[in-house]
Amino acid sequence: MKPVKFAYERPGSLDEALRLLAGQAGRARLLAGGQSLGPMLNLRLATPEMIIDIGRLGELQRVETADGVLVMGAGVCHADVEDGRVPDVARGLLGRVAAGIAYRAVRNRGTIGGSLAHADPAADWPPVMMALGAELDLRSTRRCRRIAAAELITGVLSTVLELDEMIETIRIPRAGQGLRWGHYKISAKPGDFADSLTVVVIDRDREEARVVLAGRSQTPVLLPETARAIAGMRAWSSDQSSAISAALNADLSRHGNAPAPSPHDRAIHLASVTRAAREALTS
Amino acid sequence: VMKISLILNGTLVSGQAEPRTSLADFIREDQRLTGTHVGCEHGVCGACTVLIDGRPMRSCLMLAVSAEGRDVRTVEGYHDDETMAAIRRSFTECHALQCGFCTPGMLATAYDIVKRLPQADRRRIRSELNGNLCRCTGYIGIIDAIERTLDRIHGADRRDRKEAP
Repeated sequence: MKPVKFAYERPGSLDEALRLLAGQAGRARLLAGGQSLGPMLNLRLATPEMIIDIGRLGELQRVETADGVLVMGAGVCHADVEDGRVPDVARGLLGRVAAGIAYRAVRNRGTIGGSLAHADPAADWPPVMMALGAELDLRSTRRCRRIAAAELITGVLSTVLELDEMIETIRIPRAGQGLRWGHYKISAKPGDFADSLTVVVIDRDREEARVVLAGRSQTPVLLPETARAIAGMRAWSSDQSSAISAALNADLSRHGNAPAPSPHDRAIHLASVTRAAREALTS
Repeated sequence: VMKISLILNGTLVSGQAEPRTSLADFIREDQRLTGTHVGCEHGVCGACTVLIDGRPMRSCLMLAVSAEGRDVRTVEGYHDDETMAAIRRSFTECHALQCGFCTPGMLATAYDIVKRLPQADRRRIRSELNGNLCRCTGYIGIIDAIERTLDRIHGADRRDRKEAP
């Protein structure tokens, strides 16, 4: 199919883009890499009156590390992380995640900010940013504000972003020597959206862990019970999988307002959480 | 309707398109280069893959107006390119195509693999091809062809690697 008719603007600055967005009151969509919005336009799942093309704004391309934080413009593409043009402040986790997103032709265009703002429940970056304690700078003509990445997504394809607001930068704290991570993605074929995706991050210096689970039927959630169980484990052994299973069940039953996962979903979530935990504990 | 200028296969071209027109449709219908194929139109099948500023991208997911000023190379644009000539020879020898619908996208992806990943083994070639669907060949011929091209172009280096433990 082909998209509906829309007007097209390619502003030369971030301020101009924000003014255009504010003037459209929800009738415009921002286009960065277009690897999620493009299919939605072609399938007419998105029918905007205006496309604001921010794909060439240099202001969204900056990459710097300052005060132990990687500050990355929202327009940085996945391939830049895959190829190491962005410092991997998470000891290899960022590169692993980037290389597993869709296909090279998509990674050359798709952006990290776009992936976060699109908020697909099965997307790769949101759980990683949550697990790493990243922060996002959001901007509109009215204000700038900084939120935790964990606060961004409120449901399937929905976020706390106001109609006139965009993600400007992503801030990821540089991990210490004590970081151990595990990442496991279950999907029908390599590069496909995840049926289940788990990120485990263990901070050996602070004896803390964070676990985030996501997937087609599961908007990304922190799993505090599972994290507590994993933080107490010194190394991997097979009898730990029952402790993980019990903790995961406690976490999944706690999210009372969401429908309970089906037995199939529960089984693949247990597999991805267990394998991610094993990787983190054996690395 | 907007005016668009871009570099297409080394030549500066101008044309017109609505904002909603994809780069793939602009290439095919305005520029009349029908070697770029449009399959799924949502980024899954890979048939429309072209090189933009030297990197493979989906031309069905890029608006033609977004490609203003960019360097676009389609399957018609490799006349004097030795790497592509070697890939095509291998595709012929290894029976890496049958109906040919996926082939323009396969060639763009193969070109990227040969240029970017000189050490790629069969496993890596397979995973790099995961964004290009072929319903005829079962992929084996395509993987053979890319491996054979890599061996031809980077032969000595690759033999060293294979002999290493």
